[in-house]
Amino acid sequence: MNLTLRIWRQRNAHEKGELVSYEARDVSPDMSFLEMLDVLNEGLVEQGQAPVAFDHDCREGICGTCALVIDGVPHGPLRANTTCQLHMRSFEDGDTITIEPFRAKAFPVVRDLCVDRSSFDRVQQAGGFISVSTGGAPDANAIPVGKAEAETAFDAAACIGCGACVAACPNASAMLFVAAKVGHLAHLPQGQPERDRRVLKMVSAMDQEGFGNCRNYLECEAVCPKSISVRFIAEMNRDWRRAAMRRGDAPEQRADG
Amino acid sequence: MNLESKVPGGPVQQKWDRHRFEMKLVNPANKRKFRVIVVGTGLAGGSAAASLAELGYHVDAFCFQDSARRAHSIAAQGGINAAKNYPNDGDSVWRLFYDTVKGGDFRAREANVYRLAQVSAAIIDQCVAQGVPFAREYGGQLANRSFGGAQVSRTFYARGQTGQQLLLGCYAGLNRQIAAGRVTMHPRSEMLDLVLVDGVARGIVTRDLTSGKIASHAGDAVVLATGGYANVFYLSTNAKGCNVTATWRAYKRGAGFANPCYTQIHPTCIPQTGHHQSKLTLMSESLRNDGRVWVPSQPGDKRPPDGIPDAERDYYLERKYPSFGNLAPRDISSRAAKEACDAGRGVGPGGRGVYLDFRDSIARLGRAEIADRYGNLFEMYQRITDEDPYQVPMRIYPAPHYTMGGLWVDYNLMSTIPGLHVIGEANFSDHGANRLGASALMQGLADGYFILPYTIGHWFATARLAPVTTEHAEFRRAEDEAAARTARLLAIGGSRSPDSFHRELGALMWDRAGMARNAKGLQDVVARLPALREQFWTDVRVVGGGEELNAQLEHAGRVADFLEFAELLARDALDRDESCGGHFREEHQTPDGEAVRDDSRYCHVSVWEHGGDGAAPVRHKEPLSFENVPLATRSYK
Repeated sequence: MNLTLRIWRQRNAHEKGELVSYEARDVSPDMSFLEMLDVLNEGLVEQGQAPVAFDHDCREGICGTCALVIDGVPHGPLRANTTCQLHMRSFEDGDTITIEPFRAKAFPVVRDLCVDRSSFDRVQQAGGFISVSTGGAPDANAIPVGKAEAETAFDAAACIGCGACVAACPNASAMLFVAAKVGHLAHLPQGQPERDRRVLKMVSAMDQEGFGNCRNYLECEAVCPKSISVRFIAEMNRDWRRAAMRRGDAPEQRADG
Repeated sequence: MNLESKVPGGPVQQKWDRHRFEMKLVNPANKRKFRVIVVGTGLAGGSAAASLAELGYHVDAFCFQDSARRAHSIAAQGGINAAKNYPNDGDSVWRLFYDTVKGGDFRAREANVYRLAQVSAAIIDQCVAQGVPFAREYGGQLANRSFGGAQVSRTFYARGQTGQQLLLGCYAGLNRQIAAGRVTMHPRSEMLDLVLVDGVARGIVTRDLTSGKIASHAGDAVVLATGGYANVFYLSTNAKGCNVTATWRAYKRGAGFANPCYTQIHPTCIPQTGHHQSKLTLMSESLRNDGRVWVPSQPGDKRPPDGIPDAERDYYLERKYPSFGNLAPRDISSRAAKEACDAGRGVGPGGRGVYLDFRDSIARLGRAEIADRYGNLFEMYQRITDEDPYQVPMRIYPAPHYTMGGLWVDYNLMSTIPGLHVIGEANFSDHGANRLGASALMQGLADGYFILPYTIGHWFATARLAPVTTEHAEFRRAEDEAAARTARLLAIGGSRSPDSFHRELGALMWDRAGMARNAKGLQDVVARLPALREQFWTDVRVVGGGEELNAQLEHAGRVADFLEFAELLARDALDRDESCGGHFREEHQTPDGEAVRDDSRYCHVSVWEHGGDGAAPVRHKEPLSFENVPLATRSYK
């Protein structure tokens, strides 16, 4: 199949970017989307042109590195999918496909389709952990965890940190991501001692990074490659309010709460 | 080259305890004076960086990915072994030790393997305390399954993403230490060289992959946790970024490279579909618990699978290995698939595939139960192949997956370069010639959580290190060399992309040094590689500059190192004139195609020393002795 690609080109964070059109010829429907871009790049290199920069690594849908907005939708047209697991059989011969980076104030463009998602790391550094040092952990079976509760924790822990939720949100909110991280540990007995502190710190870090607030558009859930449910956002809001009350802070003190 | 293993004396059960007592300690108040450089943030590097920082050392951690959480350990699907014996089915430290030594085809160091089995249980405790959501039973206890040829259920798992969950556990530990100021994290940074001062590893040179800036980092020890080299075959289950550069640079600075020919070809991957293929996707080996592997009995049978009656199917693993059946170890299953395809009985486009069929399990257990066990894997398969494995058998074929060889390390996980420690897949020590399923995660975390934090202290307490800064002439020299190499790659301006060279190398290696090897093919590889390297250095084309994000430049540097490393792999495979584990030499097999080891000549670790550019490498040996698990022929019949 033959395609027209409109790809966002931007040399670095400081220069302005633009959509540039390319023709992709003889694309096999069995190619993955990223393999289609590999072939395009191969051709660009042969012509001495700068290849399109895009982030990718495992190419099996788990590392969370690949991050393209395809025809306006993060990770493209399939539900519960990552860009690397999208295949060209999802497109028709003659299609024009627009490819852009994940856009958000907290995800500045590094080059072309690569963005800087270190804001996600910083939110997790603020409290996304259980403070247990190596050694001295009790026997793994000492604390039973009910299967249903463990499964719920897992549903949240399945988040691959790609940032599609942010890219899909009109407010560039990171609520689904942060809620997944908070929810994972909040559903486990090991996460209880720091539960209040964790949610307060992570939400505060999220705000500081410049992510917008949640207005229940639910676009995040629709594009999440791991189908993380927005119920975790509701749970996080509840956890946050309770934690703030316990600390004697009125919830209203959060600027945009 | 000094290959003293430093394995302590005494019975194997007491060696690690004894060693822990005999090692010198660093006073708690002095720990903060030591800086450790950890390269790689997968399970081994991430757990080591977090644990060392918890002890009070200052850690500089590096990864080439944009976040530490994306290191390739994340892609591990199946599980992690531990000798917990929760199912009461007869497991023990001794059994895990025994299985691992035997599974490695008697080419691993006994004392290391025993220690691995010993600390395995504590890993699970640690991970659960961190909040790793392992699979559980209704009573709230941890669930276990049998995995990859084990006859006990010792594998802990987290749906099909055990690797991601374990990695998120140590990434969380790492984040806690970053927040505490004890770890300085350097993402999007690639190690380009190792720096030695007075013969001791004292730092690294890196390239910031965003700005292109080349910089030095000094420390009191360097830890490489940079994974394996399966991408030497171009197509593998590894992430695209996985590379040999860090370990290869260390080798060129004097670190011994052990057993580079030990590569693991995983039996259950999705077959290649075309020339554009950029990687191969693993389907978890756990599928073999309920899937049956078969090919048509007759060569050239083109009927669709449901049109082939049972009598005309060859369930070859069940036929050849009745006691292990479809769960035969990886090396054996892979070779059996190749054998079937070589005989013209392969299925799918190009005939390089075998069926993994769930028909009988679905009939026995019901579709819902199969969906519960493997639903996400079935979905992934369907997404990639556009075929529904509930209706049509999966097609699978072996693919390079893991590399048992790596930098040689002693019992303290230190390489032949003083101060340079190597952990996880990057070292050679625990899996011998073949790794058992669910043992990679165990080894990475054992090294990082429970072994290196002890042994590195002994190094600091005994090494008497003089202060060194990046102003030292050796850092300047290494930086200049790295910059010159980058400039050289950019200046060639040839006609071929780095990727095209990588593909050519991969095709050659897969053909001649892949699942089955022979002297002629390996000699051919050794003979052809110099010309391919020459062509690379005169005809590669890297577009763009050095002082910007430039993926082509990164790839070119990695391919250049693979082109050199590949020759060492082939030389080692040629030198090891026997079949063992993942290393199968066609000259050494029984009439029915089983591997034949030669313990009289090859019961040793082959350790290669760099002989200088253009000169042949020198092979040294560390003899292996088996005092606890008697040398025997592996049999899974």
